[in-house]
Amino acid sequence: MSAKKDDDLDFETTGHQWDGIKEYNKPLPRWWLYTFYLCIVWGIGYTIAYPAWPGISGASPGVLGYSTRSEVAQDIAAVDQANAAINTELASAELTAIAANPELLGYAKNAGAAVFRTWCAQCHGSGAAGAKGYPNLLDDDWLWGGTIEDIHATIAHGIRNENDPDARYSEMPAFGADELLTEEEITQVVNHVMSLSGEPQDASLAAAGAEVFEYNCASCHGEDGTGDIYQGAPNLADAIWLYGGSYDALMETVSYSRYGVMPSWQDRLSEAEVRAVATYVHGLGGGEASQ
Amino acid sequence: MLNYIKLIVLGLIVIFSMLAINFARDLAYMIHAIIVLAVSAGMFLWVLRQTDEPVRPVPQNEYMDDVVRYGVIATAFWGVVGFLVGTFIAFQLAFPALNFDWAQGYMNFGRLRPLHTSAVIFAFGGNALIATSFYVVQRTSAARLWGGNAAWFVFWGYQLVIVLAATGYLLGSTHAKEYAEPEWYVDLWLTIVWLVYLAVFVGTIVKRKEPHIYVANWFFLSFIITVAMLHVFNNLAIPVSIWGSKSVQVFSGVQDAMVQWWYGHNAVGFFLTAGFLGMMYYFIPKQAERPVFSYKLSIIHFWALIFIYIWAGPHHLHYTALPDWASTLGMVFSVVLWMPSWGGMINGLMTLSGAWDKLRTDPVIRMMVISVGFYGMSTFEGPMMSIRAVNSLSHYTDWTIGHVHSGALGWNGMITFGALYYLVPKLWNRERLYSLSLVSWHFWLATIGIVFYAASMWVTGIMEGLMWREVDANGFLVNSFADTVAAKFPMYVVRGLGGVMFLAGAIIMCYNLWMTARRAPAVQADTAAAHATPAE
Repeated sequence: MSAKKDDDLDFETTGHQWDGIKEYNKPLPRWWLYTFYLCIVWGIGYTIAYPAWPGISGASPGVLGYSTRSEVAQDIAAVDQANAAINTELASAELTAIAANPELLGYAKNAGAAVFRTWCAQCHGSGAAGAKGYPNLLDDDWLWGGTIEDIHATIAHGIRNENDPDARYSEMPAFGADELLTEEEITQVVNHVMSLSGEPQDASLAAAGAEVFEYNCASCHGEDGTGDIYQGAPNLADAIWLYGGSYDALMETVSYSRYGVMPSWQDRLSEAEVRAVATYVHGLGGGEASQ
Repeated sequence: MLNYIKLIVLGLIVIFSMLAINFARDLAYMIHAIIVLAVSAGMFLWVLRQTDEPVRPVPQNEYMDDVVRYGVIATAFWGVVGFLVGTFIAFQLAFPALNFDWAQGYMNFGRLRPLHTSAVIFAFGGNALIATSFYVVQRTSAARLWGGNAAWFVFWGYQLVIVLAATGYLLGSTHAKEYAEPEWYVDLWLTIVWLVYLAVFVGTIVKRKEPHIYVANWFFLSFIITVAMLHVFNNLAIPVSIWGSKSVQVFSGVQDAMVQWWYGHNAVGFFLTAGFLGMMYYFIPKQAERPVFSYKLSIIHFWALIFIYIWAGPHHLHYTALPDWASTLGMVFSVVLWMPSWGGMINGLMTLSGAWDKLRTDPVIRMMVISVGFYGMSTFEGPMMSIRAVNSLSHYTDWTIGHVHSGALGWNGMITFGALYYLVPKLWNRERLYSLSLVSWHFWLATIGIVFYAASMWVTGIMEGLMWREVDANGFLVNSFADTVAAKFPMYVVRGLGGVMFLAGAIIMCYNLWMTARRAPAVQADTAAAHATPAE
């Protein structure tokens, strides 16, 4: 073979030369040519089978009647149909009865997990551990209640949003910005709040803060600071903090308030989906039994 | 006389840019006006000093190689810049803490990513194309570049485009169109530069002393013409104010997307494929000292390539608002494009028949051959990924990024490195390169780096595509988006390491080229002068 290759030098060239470069005029490799033809034939066939050639008022639909939208619609319809019966059951069952029905519970948890990963994970994290300003859903510390009914209502209507009249609503005053308390009083009450969960604090300031707390905070957070789920007032005595429990974070909270919002989901998700994700969140570890 | 016209034009630009600084509505525009002011004022003084001085006659029988030398330096420089930024943003994806708080709004991933893509495609690739096309068209036409100093205008004008684009990205001035991010005034300037480039190139071909136009020049010419057309249509926009960088696109919605990907895909097709094939068609036969494999094949695959490539853009928009018929046509043309693309690979590889032994002894040839190999792989992978069913898995995943980089690093990068290794001894009148073993080091570092890069992106791409579509028995999605991001971490580190190796190879190349120009033995004086004489 190697001897033959040198013979290539004698193969006929085109006779042109550019800066010493010559060109052979060898024939097209057959495999190349036939694969090219094959691709073209396949291409013509494919454009007959599928929507392809544009005309004045539309394109050729293709003999297979294929469309990407109908393909997706079929996939979705197949899943919807397969789940139709159990979805109806989920949407109409008593909320508290879901847990007692193993088939329904298993389905609701799977469906709820998918809803959660799609719609909730952006704020609460894909593992539901939350982040600053976005509650951890794995623990048993609930702002607006941890029974299945409470969680369902929170998801369906959201919190402090402007498009659902039934959204959960409460608002903490901005004690500093609105000059309801002096800087000194805020310092005192923050020290008092830190004492509730045993954080290191200035004992004398904390003692003075107890009075400030009683007159300004206790109506929502309770005299002992354990909070009130009916007003979404956080428990201040459990060392679990939504916006941080450091002195600086608490100063900011008391001075400027916080206003965490959550969208209403009842228009974006079906009732079955809301129930599914409520069941999922309830089952993450902190769900409370209904009274 | 010409100098007086230049002085008037430059003077007007100086005045206008001073007004622009004063009235600027945004920071990017103001800084760009300052850059333009500095450049035009400097040139004004320079022209003023030249005016009415005796003009040194230009030897018309010599090739114009100074501009090519500058182009070679610019290519190497922008290459290292582009690779460096690319490696950094690869690590930003692996370690988000590298999006430093103190640099937010300037050096976060979103600002640096277009800087990387533009630096490697347009600064590195563009300079390589301009420099090699100027070199090749002169050699294969046996004629000096047409248009006097117009070639210098093209070179420096293009560097100004790069500087304006790069600073604009960091300052947040962008069209938000992929690979066409620079704002309206940069687009206008590039249009002028590009038309002059076209004129120089065509002018040189017209005055050629060879009876026929060499195949490399067909590819270069198709690249220059098509890029001009794509650039103008994709950047049609109306400025909000003449004193600001913001402009509004003429097209909107799916039409805009279609025009964008008609542009984007043909930037790949004509900039990174046709243009670089022009490079391949000159440097491989020269380095191998063998005739091109088949003239017939070059004609057929050239016309097939440029006719078919232009229709393939819609495959970037499968399963979007784009109508199905357009998506089908984009896919079909992409698949039919497979063989025309491979025609270039066959012609490149088969040119080596009878000279395969050089692969053992000549690392520069090895570089060129592996670049053609990567070209073949990418031009098979591309049509495959354009098939709707494959695309439903690969679209939006890292597989696309892996595909792009096996083409960009492997094909465009390696053929450019090969061309630079060929050009530097020739341009600086050296007998040989400073060190062939350093070329080998570069070759292996770059090759292994590319394999790291492409393989890790195939793995993450297919993995995340599968994770996105994974559903349980009831049809519910199993993974959240963040799960897929977390799963990709190890491969992101591997990809970054691949980038480090590729960058290290390029730095070794720069050292080697520098030492070649400085230290390698000079060519004997009698053969050194590059006279423009027809080969026949």
